[in-house]
Amino acid sequence: MSLDEFFVTGEPLIYAGMVAIVLVTSAIIFLLTYFKKWGWLWREWLTTVDHKKIGIMYILSALAMLFRGGADALMMRVQLAFPDLNFLNTQHYNEIFTTHGTVMIIFMAMPFLIGLMNIVVPLQIGARDFAFPYVNALSFWSFFFGALLFNISFVIGGSPDAGWTSYTPLAGAAMSPGPGQNFYLLGLQLSGIGTLATGINLMVTILKMRAPGMKLFQMPIFTWSTLVTSFIIIFAFPILTVALALMTIDRIFGSQFFTLTGEGLPMMWANLFWMWGHPEVYIVILPAFGIFSEVIATFAKKQLFGYKAMVWSMILIAALSFLVWVHHFFTMGAGAFVNSVFSVSTMLIAVPTGVKIFNWLGTLYKSKIQFTTPMLWALAFIPSFVIGGVTGVMLGMAAADYQFHNSYFLVAHFHYVLIAGTVFACFAGLEYWYPKMFNHKLNEKFGKLSFWLFVIGFHVTFFPQYFLGLDGMPRRIFDIGPEWFTLNFISTIGAFGMGLGFAVFVFNIYYSYRTSQRETTGDSWDGRTLEWATPTPVPHYNFATQPTIRGLDAFVEMKKHNESTFDESKLEPIHMPNNTGQPFIMMALLFMSSFALVFEWMTLAILFLVGVIVMMVVRSFDEDEGHHVEVEEIKTTERQLRGL
Amino acid sequence: MQSNVKHTPLEYQTEHNQMSILGFWIFLAAEVVLFSTLFATYAVLFGRTANAPLPSELFGIEIVLIMTVLLLTSSFTCGIAIHQMRHGSNSGLITWLIITLVLGLGFLGFEIYEFIHYSHEGATLSSSAFWSSFYVLAGTHGLHVTLGIGWAILLIIQLYKKGITAVTSRKVFIISLYWHFLDVIWIFIFTSVYLIGMVI
Ligand code: HEM
Ligand SMILES: [Cu+2]
Repeated sequence: MSLDEFFVTGEPLIYAGMVAIVLVTSAIIFLLTYFKKWGWLWREWLTTVDHKKIGIMYILSALAMLFRGGADALMMRVQLAFPDLNFLNTQHYNEIFTTHGTVMIIFMAMPFLIGLMNIVVPLQIGARDFAFPYVNALSFWSFFFGALLFNISFVIGGSPDAGWTSYTPLAGAAMSPGPGQNFYLLGLQLSGIGTLATGINLMVTILKMRAPGMKLFQMPIFTWSTLVTSFIIIFAFPILTVALALMTIDRIFGSQFFTLTGEGLPMMWANLFWMWGHPEVYIVILPAFGIFSEVIATFAKKQLFGYKAMVWSMILIAALSFLVWVHHFFTMGAGAFVNSVFSVSTMLIAVPTGVKIFNWLGTLYKSKIQFTTPMLWALAFIPSFVIGGVTGVMLGMAAADYQFHNSYFLVAHFHYVLIAGTVFACFAGLEYWYPKMFNHKLNEKFGKLSFWLFVIGFHVTFFPQYFLGLDGMPRRIFDIGPEWFTLNFISTIGAFGMGLGFAVFVFNIYYSYRTSQRETTGDSWDGRTLEWATPTPVPHYNFATQPTIRGLDAFVEMKKHNESTFDESKLEPIHMPNNTGQPFIMMALLFMSSFALVFEWMTLAILFLVGVIVMMVVRSFDEDEGHHVEVEEIKTTERQLRGL
Repeated sequence: MQSNVKHTPLEYQTEHNQMSILGFWIFLAAEVVLFSTLFATYAVLFGRTANAPLPSELFGIEIVLIMTVLLLTSSFTCGIAIHQMRHGSNSGLITWLIITLVLGLGFLGFEIYEFIHYSHEGATLSSSAFWSSFYVLAGTHGLHVTLGIGWAILLIIQLYKKGITAVTSRKVFIISLYWHFLDVIWIFIFTSVYLIGMVI
């Protein structure tokens, strides 16, 4: 293989990307060396097993991915702004819509939410860490290197171009030769390992590590949403694992699962993909529901209305989410009976979802709403998400879907649920828990500016797309007809509004770091749940003493009784895990093995895989028992943090 | 069932161990989904042999029966190993684990022999959709057995060096769960792949 087959050549935009990568990497290396920060990076971050730091790394990576996916989106919107534009050619456009979709769902939405879960869930249940801190670090690095593998494809080897759904036979070896599709398969496989491990980890953490007295139906609602989500992860991700593995074996080892030869069944991919894919959309929406519930209860200053109904509706949604996958291919010949069954099951999901909407409204009803930025996101979510849900039900009617399918109507639907649901929730959650993470709030003025830019931009971008769909504009085209010009042009303007909103958001992070007042109490919003009972910055052991829980909204109770998580009479040494570099090294080796497999360099792939196995052996013989934080140290830390 | 609180097995005595065991049960649930998906693909692709031989032409009862007996026995000996562990006999534990391993290796040997035999007869991974799904289903199980053997060897070394402790007993207990699980999967492969494949 010659060098110009290895690197992507002949595309000015990609050359610019390469230059940017080289510049940014050199700048980072220079800064780390100049300020002698390599040791700090290794000790404090790359080897950490602290759930709060891992959460921050998840969120930083997710923001970077939001930037990358957003850049893809803006390029597509530019290309679609005018008919017959030659900003992107067909091939490049195909690559960009593929990477945009994949990056946003797998490497932005999920890691962002998992990052928030990492930081918040142990604090909400009064735990000192995850059940398996080592595995948690492993999960993060598997996601990180999976994302890296997928993202380098645009400068090395070439990006995948068969859509984020990668339907066969298009995505098979015969019609998509070359490494592009392999990047998709192995990047997702690599990060999928971490997602599954996180699901198990969170489930055990929530089931086993709650503070004394906290019953399941007294858990904060975000923790509930996490528990239900981890259930979906555990039952859905193995399906993706198999689907990806089968296509990888098809492409690299010549099996015939999804091929047109050897009596393979391309349609089976669509089934497997959506048997994971539909639960996946609920993996990214249920935690969002959880975040909005927390934010709404806090700023309406009331207990969440219909807590039990909220929990049961999530459980019902999770169960139903496994029974609707065929609605993604009503038009692909399943027949009237099958379509009818899945049509009904699809529309059923709207019922528990509606229950949740009314409960949020019930919480807001007659309350004194405090209009903070996180609350604004939550308020904007409700009507926007209803639009997405109602159009979802329209798509769910099989007969009507013959019209809507693969049109911009569909594109508008899933952006209304994914952006107004998941992305708004990520922003709301980040702003809400920001003071817990970084010891100061984000500036409200810039926060609101970015909110308005983003939300208005969002509706301007996607509302016209419903009508473009009804006008017959198909999705995944790179050149629009003149009859679709006006609405497309409006849509592009909106997209730049969203881009601006994101830019203001990122600027606000820097601005607030420089100017915001530091927190003094740890209870930044007069919160209701346990995470606000810890001082900020949260000491690495979280809770000096675990409180005893008597009911819902544990911290409200504690404040009433004047209790704290620092009861000097009850202090005991706290057992904590030690940092370790193994997860990073193990996943780096797996990354290199996967990279070699992308190019089908078998010897090299096996060599690195042996390295991974060696690391596993090292782990098996590892006798690290962690360490204890002594009572004296806890006392000084807490007194200092609490200003006692 | 002994429900004597004083006799909580060693591997359940620390909270950390309890969490590890629960975590492993949940992992096994994910493994069930993984194998179910493979069984489903196999079922869907059943009969799609293209120009390759039919399963009924290749599958023979003798070797598969031997494999089944080997693996079932190994599950039994694995149970005895745990029994020995509960009684605190490290040497008994190690001996029975080694017997389990040898049986597992025997199983693998026959499976590899089978695969080579089939491919000589013209049924390879790439000859048709049906054979792809056969090899991947049975092969995934075989790969799991291989990993289990490697893992057990590491544990035997640790038992040899450290004896039965809270940590090693947890590890042994977990691998025994894994081993029994693989046995259950094999029973499904034996019946729904081999037995059905022989008659249809
Ligand atoms: C009331 C609830 C919902 C209903 C009834 C519904 C229904 C549907 C239907 C029928 C389709 C397929 C349409 C077609 O391909 O022609 C679809 C596509 C989609 N939905 Fe939903 N949906 C709902 C909620 C959600 C949520 C909450 C999300 C994610 C957060 C979501 C994300 C998606 C995505 C990503 C696609 C398109 C995937 C693709 O083809 O690339 N939906 N929805
Ligand atoms: Cu769906």
